[in-house]
Amino acid sequence: MIQAPDLPAWAALLVALLILIGAGIALIGSIGLLRLNSFYQRMHAPTLGTTLGTGFIALASMICFSVLQSRPLVHELLIVGFVTVSTPITLMLLARAALYRDRPEGELEAPPLETISDRS
Amino acid sequence: MTTLVLAWSITLAQIMLGLAMLCTAARLVIGPRAQDRVAGLDTFYVNAMLMLLTFGVQTGRTLYVEAALAIALLGFAGTVALSKFLMRGEVIE
Repeated sequence: MIQAPDLPAWAALLVALLILIGAGIALIGSIGLLRLNSFYQRMHAPTLGTTLGTGFIALASMICFSVLQSRPLVHELLIVGFVTVSTPITLMLLARAALYRDRPEGELEAPPLETISDRS
Repeated sequence: MTTLVLAWSITLAQIMLGLAMLCTAARLVIGPRAQDRVAGLDTFYVNAMLMLLTFGVQTGRTLYVEAALAIALLGFAGTVALSKFLMRGEVIE
């Protein structure tokens, strides 16, 4: 599976660098999801992969296809926009569901109630 | 020469994304509670989408971008439905 498109040198180096950075950030986020201790800490780690990781890899893909077809090709902006909008929604819904389940059970990891009730 | 560098770095990126998917799959399996599994699933599909984008760069076909978009859309719907289920016990009330 070692293959790559024929890009000019500057584009090839740029795409390689961006893809490596994006994949590394996604890997760091996933390791954080595996290793952090409580659920409320683990919620923070995957956002690395969904924001910066998606951004870098989509940018690399945009540069690659724009150079290959010698016209601007920005389909990936759809993915970036959609993922950026949807990640906070899903994580907030999930955190609320977790709070709703943890509080009645007296789970110790759950944040205390006062911080929420003061605000609302 | 630079093409070889690009090819190896794409392969390395795919290996890293594969490791990331392994980490999230481990979180999906070991839990310990249902919300951990849903968070693991959410991260899993994002990593799979990134892997498809790297396949698109590797082969030079734009078809993979549309597949990645479909994964992003359906994964979002799935995670929202699962969170709703965890909160209420029903998806549509």
